[in-house]
Amino acid sequence: MSLFELHEVGVDIPLARGITAALGGHEPRVLNILDGITLDLHAGETLGLVGESGSGKTTLARAMLGLRAARGQMRFQGQPLVRAVLRRATAMMFQDPVASLSPRMRVGDAVCEPYVIQRIPRSRRRSAADLLDSVGLPPSLAALYPHELSGGQARRVCAARALALNPALVIADEPTAGLDVSIQGDILNLMADLKRERGIGLMIITHNLPVIRHSAERIAVLYLGRLVETGPTPEVFARPAHPYTASLIASQPNPDPRKRRADLAIRGEVPSLLRRPPGCPFHTRCPVARDICARVPPPEIHVSATRRVRCHFPLIQPDRNGPQGGQ
Amino acid sequence: MTGAQDDGTVLRVEGLSVSYGAVQALRGASLIARRSEVIGIVGESGCGKSTLASALIGLPAPGARMRGQVEIGGRDIVAAPERARRAMRGAAVAMIFQDPMTSFNPVLTLGQQLTDFQHRSALPRRARRARAAAMLARVGLPDPELALDRHIHELSGGMRQRAAIAAALLMQPQLLVADEPTTALDVTMEAQIIHLLRELRHEHQGAIVVITHHLGVIGELCDRVYVMYAGEIVEEGTTDEIYHDPRHPYTQALIACDPAHIAGTVDRLPTIPDRVPDLDPPPPGCSFAPRCPVAMARCRTDAPPRVTVGPGHAAACHRVTP
Repeated sequence: MSLFELHEVGVDIPLARGITAALGGHEPRVLNILDGITLDLHAGETLGLVGESGSGKTTLARAMLGLRAARGQMRFQGQPLVRAVLRRATAMMFQDPVASLSPRMRVGDAVCEPYVIQRIPRSRRRSAADLLDSVGLPPSLAALYPHELSGGQARRVCAARALALNPALVIADEPTAGLDVSIQGDILNLMADLKRERGIGLMIITHNLPVIRHSAERIAVLYLGRLVETGPTPEVFARPAHPYTASLIASQPNPDPRKRRADLAIRGEVPSLLRRPPGCPFHTRCPVARDICARVPPPEIHVSATRRVRCHFPLIQPDRNGPQGGQ
Repeated sequence: MTGAQDDGTVLRVEGLSVSYGAVQALRGASLIARRSEVIGIVGESGCGKSTLASALIGLPAPGARMRGQVEIGGRDIVAAPERARRAMRGAAVAMIFQDPMTSFNPVLTLGQQLTDFQHRSALPRRARRARAAAMLARVGLPDPELALDRHIHELSGGMRQRAAIAAALLMQPQLLVADEPTTALDVTMEAQIIHLLRELRHEHQGAIVVITHHLGVIGELCDRVYVMYAGEIVEEGTTDEIYHDPRHPYTQALIACDPAHIAGTVDRLPTIPDRVPDLDPPPPGCSFAPRCPVAMARCRTDAPPRVTVGPGHAAACHRVTP
């Protein structure tokens, strides 16, 4: 059974009248952020959610945790979302670890705050020292304030707090942003251990593809609020099906000077959400776009039993033995 | 483009040390950059990269003490009085900062700022504005004339960084210093900015110094690399030598930790245990010794020698042999 299922999920935000008017009145009254997101996450699995800034990654995470209203169906542990359940059984590690810790609260109090909020009886609480120990931090850290922590320590404190209630699902938003490479691995290894030992379902949101390649079993690629490709990470990296995924992988700077790229994999910028291109949202930057891409939104195609792509001209052909269509 | 010495050296840093009170942030750094060359300075946070960058433009943090020389086109910016330093900034050296949003004035239009930046130019105002527009067009801003009337917040992240590059190049400096120029950008924008800097190096006759913690940026952009650790340059060489034949254990560890370097997938990502030491004062001997997998007793007491392993390739380590 899936730990978390999303079916045709969308998020719209209403636009303030002033903005609508300023844009000439022809703009929609609501701004569509996400649409048609169908995805599932299993226990003990890491799903990597990638995309550029503004693709809706964080919005999707917030919708899943009930922090933002959404359309469509979502089920957590087989049940429709209930806020009280979500708040006990899921946790989020926010992008800026220092900003997500109260500056006036000592680390020890911060990691134990979930117990207070959820009114967990004292007998079932873990001590701050115990929680800090589970993320590899010394108990002495409990007496410090967030500003006294290094970037890596602050991430670990946020992980300890996320684990306090023994959640079934943890969403980590850019868990390695701003960390040096020497400690980046530290945080990712820690999260991999927790997933293995406790069977936690983990969703890692990042735009750092090498991080995803090493830490996620499956990858989901978002572009302008649409899920353009999902599949097992090694297969997607080896043979991307969507031109956007291929461009993202090719844009990654290579540390080996002998493998320097001569040309640009992708030009231009992500269009504004207020000016969403018709048809396939990627057609304005796509190297293989044809006429139909500017008119007709592409259907979702199953290229194999485990891989889906939303493209008129996917880079790999559907597997004949796999399930067909999906249109 | 006058003032460069005969061998093409644009930047010569000799025995540069910067300290903030008891903190010795930079200790005895020496490096050179030649005309049309892109050099990379790489290291983790706390290694003294930003201290070096601010010394290169003669803008040390308040209270900092600088010793040594930073010669740009033969003129020492450390020894120069503030008035002369100001004259050198813009014309001799310019900087691209990590966050373009804060390197422009938010209440003035881009056009106002880009014409003001040319205040030492003899050109009339209209010609300066035209030059600003031409420079914006060169760095790939669509509709440069319109962009001149925009404020910085109206541009996207990638466009802001392009505008910052245009601003830095306006006075055709001999030396361009880029401090983490792509860190704030998405990977697709990062690739575009790297591409732009590569094109500009051929047109721009000066030298470019790129300061970054990202080995991918070094690999794609730089000819030579200086690796910094705890305020010192621990290894230098061509980008190829540093990536394919790193000699210093820190350089080796840094490359080994980069997920982009690891082929396939691994069960556990490598890390460097412990953290960068405090520099008030720095540890005796080699500053990497406490984290070094091959450290010997001598490493903890004696400062390592600078060992030349090939023309232009050197590492500061007791273990390295020529």
